[in-house]
Amino acid sequence: MWTWFFQLASPPHFYRMAASLVPWLLWPALLLILVGAWGGLVLAPADYQQGEGYRIIYVHVPSSYLSMMVYVTMAVAAGIGLIWRIKLAHAVAASCAPVGATFTAAALITGMLWGKPMWGTYWQWEPRLTSELILLFLYFGYMSLRSAFNDLNQSDRASAVLALAGVVNVPIIHFSVLWWAGLHQGPSISKIDAPSIAFAMLWPLLVMILGFTLFFLGILAMRVRGEVLEREFHSRWAQDVLRGVSRVEAA
Amino acid sequence: MITFNNLFQKRILVQDGAPPGWRFREVELLTGTGLTLWRGANCLFDKLSFSAAPGGALLIRGPNGSGKTTLLRVIAGLTLPEEGEVHGNGAPLSRRDESGRHVMAYCGHATALKPDLTTLENLRFFARLSGYPTDSLGELLAASGLVACADLPARVLSAGQKRRAAFARVLMSGARLWLLDEPQTNLDSAGRQFLERMLQEHLATSGTAVIVAHQAVDLGSAPTAVLQMGETA
Amino acid sequence: MNLGLGGLFWVVLQRDLMVAMRRWSDICNPVIFFVLVVALFPLALNPRAEFLRALAPGVLWIAALLAALLSLNQLFRADIEDGTMEQLLTLPYPLGLVILAKTLAHWLVTGLPVVVVAPMLAITYHLPADAIGILLLSLLIGTPTLSLLGSIGAALTAGLRQSGVLLALMVGPLMLPVLMLGARATDIALSGDDPTGPLYLLGALLALALSLAPPAAAMAIRISAD
Repeated sequence: MWTWFFQLASPPHFYRMAASLVPWLLWPALLLILVGAWGGLVLAPADYQQGEGYRIIYVHVPSSYLSMMVYVTMAVAAGIGLIWRIKLAHAVAASCAPVGATFTAAALITGMLWGKPMWGTYWQWEPRLTSELILLFLYFGYMSLRSAFNDLNQSDRASAVLALAGVVNVPIIHFSVLWWAGLHQGPSISKIDAPSIAFAMLWPLLVMILGFTLFFLGILAMRVRGEVLEREFHSRWAQDVLRGVSRVEAA
Repeated sequence: MITFNNLFQKRILVQDGAPPGWRFREVELLTGTGLTLWRGANCLFDKLSFSAAPGGALLIRGPNGSGKTTLLRVIAGLTLPEEGEVHGNGAPLSRRDESGRHVMAYCGHATALKPDLTTLENLRFFARLSGYPTDSLGELLAASGLVACADLPARVLSAGQKRRAAFARVLMSGARLWLLDEPQTNLDSAGRQFLERMLQEHLATSGTAVIVAHQAVDLGSAPTAVLQMGETA
Repeated sequence: MNLGLGGLFWVVLQRDLMVAMRRWSDICNPVIFFVLVVALFPLALNPRAEFLRALAPGVLWIAALLAALLSLNQLFRADIEDGTMEQLLTLPYPLGLVILAKTLAHWLVTGLPVVVVAPMLAITYHLPADAIGILLLSLLIGTPTLSLLGSIGAALTAGLRQSGVLLALMVGPLMLPVLMLGARATDIALSGDDPTGPLYLLGALLALALSLAPPAAAMAIRISAD
């Protein structure tokens, strides 16, 4: 079990394995997203209250779900890297951040676009959007700390501590934002009530979430490959890869 | 004439009536095994091993940039090696002595003196941390040649005086393992003698020292091993 | 053996306070900055009494947060530069306790003056007496949490050259819950309601920060000193 684990965590092995994994993640992701989009944009009926405008949830909800998921993934990977000193885990954490920040930005933008027909304004200090905004700041802080160090080893470990501190804080921030918003009786629309949502509206959403998740994993695998190659630049196997030697032997 | 050993003995007696032998644990064999460290694309050391027996010194030599200071910091537990471990007496050195005694005294390039505090105030802090009786600080200052600047703020001290203050801190720690990074820097000949005498007494009482040194250090009859760095770089 | 844990805490605390006392500007700057920020709002917005009163809880809390953020940069920097941290790291004592003592010393010289001055500034914002009491209490519970959270960021950036903005960017979002709770508690008291709820929550955050921040900052400082 452990030997298998360490073999998986060895950079050249991972580099090869991830290459064969990427198409198995990205093609199903494309398929699921297309099916979900068709289901959500064509098959699902218009909402009796929100009309056609609600359909943006098919992008917004998966994005905001992933924005949180990616942060947790990043923190878990960073924690594994910090405790067991596995370099691959640090590479995973480093690769997560820009992807997560992008999903967060996507969730913010789609939330704002949805807000325009709902509230008549692009921005409303509403708990979900506010949480998403703070999460974006957390990603920015993580990425700028990472880039501030010259030494990669130091940068990995320092940003791991920040990611862990952040992940402890995410629920605290979330609940204090909810509490804060509850005090200000703003125009808060309960966007999605999962139990009461019609099945025709729900299944495309679930398909989209699955598709987005696979898409994230595929992108992550690609990014980690690049990251690993850059980190192992001086090693023999990386030189072989870069020189185009097709047969990559474990260094 | 005050010898450094006297300073220790006095401290033990003042301390808590413990038997004078308690601080001199018989064996403190220092070993490093399979130490590997990369800085970026540079390999500083690869599968490096060494050992130093009680009463012996380990001299680390090598050209600039060969990783001497880094190795010393690895021994001190300040820098994590990528592979390998440093053991004191068979146990990982990073696991501290639970009795609260200092296992090691690290003396790096920085002297750990606060510029706004006087020499005496600076040393008193470390004396209290290591349990050295603060009323014996005067003798220690005299032995280190720092009486004249005891009440001067550390910022006006010369580089050599700061180094002597750092040595006084090492003496106070009562640690059995000394880690000194280029201790001769900025010292005059009297300072160098002071350093050598203090090292000789430390080794004679079966202490251990790891010294990064460019110049020769006269350690008397103590067994001295030399670790030459820089071949791999 | 030589020094109990309480003794260690006290020795480090005393030394840090002594170092701070030798440099008065380090103590005065954050509190002067706090006063400056609070004075900016009436000048930029509107000095009418009822307007300022509604603004007061938020403004005072934001100013306190900014003062904390600005002062944090110096928390471990000098110790890393002059080699004191190397000595503290090779001590046979739990590092978290040393960090806690240093953070407390830092709060005493930078946070406490802000808390003390805040009621006087609240008067210039025409805040009623009972709301001032709650403001004082919320700052007293909340600003140590800010220092503790900040100690993690300060430890992470202590080895970096340019770190002021980075530190604020990293730690600022983590401090938001304290800001929301503290300002809201004062706001609730201003509108005549019972603010014990947010005050309890602030206390809970302080307890959480007390137990989690020092070990995290200790881990961070080991990385920074590497």
